[in-house]
Amino acid sequence: MTFYDEISRYNWDDITKKIYASKPADVERALAERGNVSLDDFAALVSPAAENYLEAMAQKSAEITRRRFGKVIQLYTPLYLSNYCSNRCIYCGFNCGNKIKRTVLSQEQIAIEAEAIRKHPFEHILLVTGEAPAKAGVEYLGESITTMKRYFSQTSIEVQPLDTDDYRYLMDKGLHSVYVYQETYNEKNYPLYHLAGKKRDYRYRLETPDRLGEAGVYKIGVANLIGLEEWRTDAFFTALHTRYLENKYWRTKCSISFPRLRPFVGEGFQPNYPANERQLLQLICAYRLLSEDVEISLSTRESPYFRDNVMTLGITTLSAGSKTAPGGYSDYDKNKELEQFSVNDDRSVDDVVRSVKAHGMEAVWKDWSLYMQSSQIGA
Amino acid sequence: MTNLKIGDYSFTSRLFLGTGKFASSEEMREAIMASGSELVTVALKRVNINDKQDDMITHIQHPGLQLLPNTSGVRTAKEAVFAAQLAREALQTNLLKLEIHPDPRYLMPDATETLKATEELAKDGFIVMPYIHADPVLCKRLEDAGAACVMPLGAPIGSNKGLATSEFLRIIIEQSNVPVVVDAGIGAPSHAAAAMEMGADAVMVNTAIAAAQDTKAMALAFKMAVEAGRMAFEAKLAPTSVHANATSPLTSFLNNL
Repeated sequence: MTFYDEISRYNWDDITKKIYASKPADVERALAERGNVSLDDFAALVSPAAENYLEAMAQKSAEITRRRFGKVIQLYTPLYLSNYCSNRCIYCGFNCGNKIKRTVLSQEQIAIEAEAIRKHPFEHILLVTGEAPAKAGVEYLGESITTMKRYFSQTSIEVQPLDTDDYRYLMDKGLHSVYVYQETYNEKNYPLYHLAGKKRDYRYRLETPDRLGEAGVYKIGVANLIGLEEWRTDAFFTALHTRYLENKYWRTKCSISFPRLRPFVGEGFQPNYPANERQLLQLICAYRLLSEDVEISLSTRESPYFRDNVMTLGITTLSAGSKTAPGGYSDYDKNKELEQFSVNDDRSVDDVVRSVKAHGMEAVWKDWSLYMQSSQIGA
Repeated sequence: MTNLKIGDYSFTSRLFLGTGKFASSEEMREAIMASGSELVTVALKRVNINDKQDDMITHIQHPGLQLLPNTSGVRTAKEAVFAAQLAREALQTNLLKLEIHPDPRYLMPDATETLKATEELAKDGFIVMPYIHADPVLCKRLEDAGAACVMPLGAPIGSNKGLATSEFLRIIIEQSNVPVVVDAGIGAPSHAAAAMEMGADAVMVNTAIAAAQDTKAMALAFKMAVEAGRMAFEAKLAPTSVHANATSPLTSFLNNL
């Protein structure tokens, strides 16, 4: 039994109808809940009917988050190792059909990037690649994690989905957590966005968090890409996925993110179902009311104004100073053309930290010690 | 009021503090000072134990303040023992708050692993302070295994729900031969006072102070509550609810004899 079996019990269109049929009374019932809300309540909280209750949702979400996590924000930054990719995803800059310069960093180059990042007190690093096993396969990732241990206390990855034994192998190397986003839970339309490559296999991707749970990683990050399909329905399924994972793999933490495609002028993929900032905040609060314990992370895809204003309302984790091109930290100008997307919050790390402080919170850099991990002590 | 002894340490203050969740290290330090606490935890996952300049460690180093390394984050006894040994060496203390909670959501302590680790660490000379469920039998087993005190939870960590386990805490306090420190769940000074009146030897508080609007004032409020509760316990509370009844319908017949 995997999440594929769980999600098979639900019908996309029925859930969409259910969400849109939510009444103010349903939202009020969800808001009156004292503990974590049910998935039925969650459907009401992401519905259009809840938009009039955003202030109440934000107040409750802010209060829960402060009690559960304290007056702190965790900071991390991504390190892009490679932009090679064999997938053809119509919304992504790394799409193999795009005629762009490709590179994969050597361990020496990765070390130079790490040194540039360590000019700030970062202790949590997120390694990112496209899906190109021949260029950046499991062994390469293992070597990269080993390199990271010289600089950071906590290494996460956001790379191609792997098999359970591969995750076990990477855990032995010192891996802490893994982020893998389903993009959309609409199985029927999933192939419309993923035209070619291994990512076209909806089920293999969907079951990746199950394999991560089996392998015992410390944290699994899930998300849907906002803009592909009806985002309210996708949010429901991300919530279902989170609850499934929390209950089944009870030793593993969950994290939710909100990658969002925004409409833009020019050629390229335009979001089918755009969500605005108000709706993004609605999602953040709805997830917090779903789970007191889930990590909620907001990347530099969002603007400084939005990030500053929501950091006390439910968020636990922010990336800062991010560069999305391999080699972007040591020489941004030279490597800019390699980037996956241009960030919306390009403030310096110091500026983000200043803002966190100005909001009455402490920036937490370190939340893990490698010696607490069995594989690293020969236990 | 009497001093509290745990291992070879003696404490005037019966309020222990957690150091997470504060808005800044300065605020944390001020709250600790206001609380009068002499024992504060330091989460091993949050600090660089070998870095003399570590921000958190430098902010809690103070004469009269003992550091209590905390293993929060480990999932097994083996991991806890390894972390404890590193911490002892780096921080030069044999005090250890043993926390083994493989469940990252409610941070529920693993009884089996905690007992195993306590045995091993106590043999190795640690002053083991295990965080555990309010389970009276487990507390006796930990005592046998060499725990220097027991730290049963009042409610889930960070929940501020107070003494949800009070019936079991009473049994633990009644039976224990080592100090009982109520840990986790204490959300208001009144909860702390209630635990102390009940006979707990100390309480451990973090969220209730760190997440308060005015952390320094709240720390002081806890100090006063803990002192009041302890003072009341030592002064022996007056007995409650003895039925005063002028007539004795069942026994008045005796008067006619």
